Amino acid sequence: MRSKADPQLYTFAGFGGERFPNLMLRGAGNLDNWKRAVYEQKHEGYLALKKALKMEPVAVTNEVKASQLRGRGGAGFLTGLKWSFMPKDTDQKSHVRYLVCNGDEGEPGTFKDRAILEYNPHQLIEGMIIGAWAMQCKVGFIYLRGEFLWLLEKLEAALQEARDAGYLGQNILGTGWDFDIQTYRGAGAYICGEETALLNSLEGRRGEPRSKPPFPAQVGAFGQPTTVNNVETLAAVPVILQMGGAEYAKIGSPGNTGTRIFCISGHVKRPGLYELPLGTPLDFLLNDLAGGSSTGKAIKAVIPGGASAPMFDAKDFDCPLDFDTPKARGSMAGSGGVIVMDEDVCIVAAVLRLTRFFAHESCGQCTPCREGCNWMLQVLQRIEHGQGRMEDLDLLASLTPRIALRTLCALGDAACGPVDSSLQKFRHEFEHHIVHKTCYAQGHQLLAATAIH
Amino acid sequence: MNPLPTPAPMAKAQPAESPLAPGQRLPESRLRQLSPQATAEIQTLAAKYPDKLAATLPALYIAQKDFGFVSLSAMLEVAKVLGVPEGHVFGVATFYTLFQKRPVGKYHLQVCTNLSCALNGAAKLLEKIAEKVGAQPGAGPSEDGLWSVEEVECLASCGSGPCLQVNDDVYDEYVDEAKLEELLAACRRGDYRPWGE
Repeated sequence: MRSKADPQLYTFAGFGGERFPNLMLRGAGNLDNWKRAVYEQKHEGYLALKKALKMEPVAVTNEVKASQLRGRGGAGFLTGLKWSFMPKDTDQKSHVRYLVCNGDEGEPGTFKDRAILEYNPHQLIEGMIIGAWAMQCKVGFIYLRGEFLWLLEKLEAALQEARDAGYLGQNILGTGWDFDIQTYRGAGAYICGEETALLNSLEGRRGEPRSKPPFPAQVGAFGQPTTVNNVETLAAVPVILQMGGAEYAKIGSPGNTGTRIFCISGHVKRPGLYELPLGTPLDFLLNDLAGGSSTGKAIKAVIPGGASAPMFDAKDFDCPLDFDTPKARGSMAGSGGVIVMDEDVCIVAAVLRLTRFFAHESCGQCTPCREGCNWMLQVLQRIEHGQGRMEDLDLLASLTPRIALRTLCALGDAACGPVDSSLQKFRHEFEHHIVHKTCYAQGHQLLAATAIH
Repeated sequence: MNPLPTPAPMAKAQPAESPLAPGQRLPESRLRQLSPQATAEIQTLAAKYPDKLAATLPALYIAQKDFGFVSLSAMLEVAKVLGVPEGHVFGVATFYTLFQKRPVGKYHLQVCTNLSCALNGAAKLLEKIAEKVGAQPGAGPSEDGLWSVEEVECLASCGSGPCLQVNDDVYDEYVDEAKLEELLAACRRGDYRPWGE
């Protein structure tokens, strides 16, 4: 276990006050904070669980519905509604239901789940137990990406603490209900963050997304009804039960309730994690909290929701960070990873790097994504290396609609986001590359001259 | 006139691991059989999950530790011990990047060069590491077998990037020249400790 806290920034002036409540990052930065004793003494730990176990399961789901909590993984689907899709036991048939926590944090620009796992694993465990009670699951799985080996050890220790205290195992707190959580380590595949790919991976298969329907709520892990929720979503559940759904819904803006951890990286003075009520404007995060550009050059482009999100240029920096507005403005809220690029960044090189990522991570199942991402990569490579032709821009623009929405999962759409948005907003940089055979903006070397991985 | 960003005029995009040519085989490991302890560990694993197939990934991790990398023999052994089809294990092992299908150095240095890290100098870090240890990214171990270098995707440490991973351990801090030297020296001395421990 680590004896040194990671150097990420977790707080800012005013955090924890009335305007910026601290619900998800309590005690972040303090290495002892993961322990059950600290969680129970300082952060009202497991009180919500005790409250929930006195309620009917359906009442717990209704409480989460009342909070209007939306999934923090990227799609922003209503969590309470998702929970209510799980089939109930009938006289004819009883189900083995599973609750799976998605901790396969791999979206470039996103590093929030690891903070919860590092400093507040019990909040996640409590959230999972409450969720499992609401859906009457017998077993829960926490799927962590393979690189989070040190967090896996910590999580195992936290789970053991919870078992020792009687929060997990048989006859939890005298209710007669049994539930336990197992961990599962992934092995380095971005696509396993997609819920059905994650389920395949959890079953020990290749992480290829499944065709839907049937949805996981009908046929999920090991053929049984399953709900998959993000780490941050589940960690919000104890807070909701504790303060009440209606009260939680007052935070943020209507339809986009609660707080969310935004991860800001790239060219800002204070990169790090900022927990903000949904609807906080992007430029407030950029300038007031993260301190603006770190290089002294103006900020040219921002990716508001992790690598999959189409990029914004300066005219959209006032966009409120919730689920609906970025979408209305042609991007998406995604996973909350904000990547900031200054004027000196060559957009072609940045898009090339992102496309290389998607081409590498495409699982290879659907032809449009498998072939299309590599085609886009080749065209971008050509332009970047000064061998592009003007027709290539139309070629690129004609490729994206043939990939997006033509694949089983959203990776194909995600790959098109950076290409489409940069072509719209920074077309002059592509043209400059083609005409002058060199970058429009210089100053940052984004691509290594050595071999491509 | 500004110089071209990279020297190779028409570098062709290469997938992470170039696919095998017809008739080409994955490299074979010196070991051909799992150790008795590893076999026992895998057998215990199989009972842990609702379906023994689910033990494939953890079993491959055990085999990788035993063999040094996931060779064809390692895959066949895992299939035999778990009692699952060989093709299934091969499919799984080749799908995931954390299973090394080719030998790696004693210290496998992985640099994230994705956008957030790239904005903070990951490309330079990768070049510097490759030069210092004498192993090209993705080209197998260095001559002394101590090092191998790989360019990897996001390691979820974007705020403090560029992010480096040594074997299984994320080096969770901005890697400047001095820290890199210190890390490499510790590896050469053989007293390398994972970051933060």
